[in-house]
Amino acid sequence: MPSSAIISVKNISKIYRVTDVETLALKNVSFQVNRGEFIAIMGPSGSGKSTLMHILGALDIPSSGQYLLDGMDVSKLSDDQLADIRNQKIGFIFQAFNLLPRTSALKNVCLPMAYAGISKAQRLSSAIELLTRVGLSDRMYHTSNQLSGGQQQRVAIARSLSLNPTIILADEPTGNIATAQAEEIMAIFQKLNSEGHTVIMITHEQDIADHARRILFIRDGKLESDHPVSKRRFSKLKV
Amino acid sequence: MMNLLEIIEESFGTLTLNKTRTGLAILGIVIGIGSVIALMSLGQASQKSITERIESLGSNMLTIMPGSMTQGVVRGEAGGRTTLTLDDAKAIASSDQITTIKSVSPEVSSRRQVTTASSNTNTTIQGVVPQYTSVHKVEIASGNFVTQRDVDSMTKVAVLGPTTVTDLFGENAEAVGKTIRISGQVYTVIGVTAAKGGTGFNNADDAVYVPISTAQKLLLGQNYVNSIALEAQSADMMVEAQDQVGYFLLSRHKLSDPSQADFSIMSQQDMINTISSATQTFTTLLSGIAAISLLVGGIGIMNIMLVTVTERTREIGLRKALGARKKTIVTQFLTESVILTFTGGVVGIVFGVATSFVISKVTSSGFVISISSIFLAFIVSAAIGILFGWYPAKRASDLEPIVALRYE
Ligand SMILES: Nc1ncnc2c1ncn2[C@@H]1O[C@H](COP(=O)(O)OP(=O)(O)OP(=O)(O)O)[C@@H](O)[C@H]1O
Ligand SMILES: [Mg+2]
Repeated sequence: MPSSAIISVKNISKIYRVTDVETLALKNVSFQVNRGEFIAIMGPSGSGKSTLMHILGALDIPSSGQYLLDGMDVSKLSDDQLADIRNQKIGFIFQAFNLLPRTSALKNVCLPMAYAGISKAQRLSSAIELLTRVGLSDRMYHTSNQLSGGQQQRVAIARSLSLNPTIILADEPTGNIATAQAEEIMAIFQKLNSEGHTVIMITHEQDIADHARRILFIRDGKLESDHPVSKRRFSKLKV
Repeated sequence: MMNLLEIIEESFGTLTLNKTRTGLAILGIVIGIGSVIALMSLGQASQKSITERIESLGSNMLTIMPGSMTQGVVRGEAGGRTTLTLDDAKAIASSDQITTIKSVSPEVSSRRQVTTASSNTNTTIQGVVPQYTSVHKVEIASGNFVTQRDVDSMTKVAVLGPTTVTDLFGENAEAVGKTIRISGQVYTVIGVTAAKGGTGFNNADDAVYVPISTAQKLLLGQNYVNSIALEAQSADMMVEAQDQVGYFLLSRHKLSDPSQADFSIMSQQDMINTISSATQTFTTLLSGIAAISLLVGGIGIMNIMLVTVTERTREIGLRKALGARKKTIVTQFLTESVILTFTGGVVGIVFGVATSFVISKVTSSGFVISISSIFLAFIVSAAIGILFGWYPAKRASDLEPIVALRYE
């Protein structure tokens, strides 16, 4: 096993069982991700992209197969170890944002840092910096329900970056965002990637996917193709 | 890891964010605890005031009642109330066999309309002998009490209680020398008793005392007495006095077997016991109602905790996804429940105590707070609140984060 593989999945399957009906959301998916890669996962709706991402983010467990994160078998980790990995190693951006309701943007961004035991003053200054970076310096005290979809998306991004995670997993980070803002997000991801962070994002759009270095294509729960981006796009924005 | 202080802060934050939920949960606890405390103290206060009333009658007192006694309860069948006479009382007083009794006070009583030229009142007419004052610890404020001469010659004189004076003649009026009418007959007021305090039935201050002979012949038309009160020589002779008088009366009534006794002798303690057992039933009833309100309060707490389980399960999923450890989450939710139940508990206790206080003022009964009922109410509602705050949180924190996030 190459030591540079930060993520290694082998024959992963996921079966959802809803009242006797079984959905095979993932079928024997195997691939590896090296440290510092920037991957886009593409595929039609319902093909299993989010399911795969949740497993990669240690938010869900596969029905079968093995998932090694940084060389550790995730299925053998304790609940607390998993919590710490989700907290510090992985920054997860949900397709549905998942902000705490009725809670300010600032507080939302602070939350993972609170669980990491970072002091309040430091949490606040980091959160302010992150929100400014995603262009929300004037919306810090708005609660989640007072923000637009795109603004919530950016709060979720800021939150995922709050502990400077090695791996950033983003489920359609630009799905609710205008093109100009999507460009900004890509600039941030490319910057993070150039700093050494491993970035994996799901997207439906080819020009967003072209910001990555490698594209995985999933159809009906199967990994259909895995190839490098031929003509990579670079965001011209400075972040 | 998050420290405890921060977890507590987080709990406060969540509670203030969801004001309706917080308010309703606290309300449930307040009602549960408050009503239990109010009801229990109401029961205990009434019991205490009755006991005190009996104790104020004097500790050396025995009362002979007509009718037999079974298991601490006086059984008075129809017609069985006529077995005691004035002669029984005279015999007890003059007997050489009875050494333990100081004074004997036969009594008859009935409620009658009492009038003056300008007012009237419905009050208790007590037919008494001079010994009444000694046995019942009655003091005379002005004039004189009924004398033996009044009893012997069946005079139409009356001694009034202070409340009756006020009712008939007005506040602080001079009543001695005036006349009143009882059932149309004219009586001359010869004295007024000193206030003893007390309310309701059997109030010594609201009574008209007349010679027992006058009461029997002219007012009630009966030759039996309703009761004979005895004053023992001392408090430690009560049991002996009870025996002496009991056997004396049995032989006087030509009964050989104590189980056939057509009278019963109760000491003050017996009365307290008898009445306590009655008020005990009342207190038990109130406790039953209190238990139901505690249950209703508890269901209220449970409901509000369970209704929010869906939202809270998602919240827990999210917190776990962001790196919260199981223990941190359970601690946070436990802290929330503890804050809720304690806030509600303290408000409920204040509310319950205040309600009992108001009730005691309105009914002018004693103000009793039962510490045990406070504890019981508090512990039960705290247990319900904490259990239903903690259990769903525990269950949600056992789920995979994504499952909790998708919970419906
Ligand atoms: N909790 C669940 N229970 C049952 N079936 C599920 C569950 N979550 C997902 N599925 C099913 O698994 C399949 C894959 O879902 P998934 O969310 O991974 O798709 P996706 O590729 O992310 O789609 P989209 O692009 O629309 O987000 C779908 O057929 C979906 O219906
Ligand atoms: Mg999806």
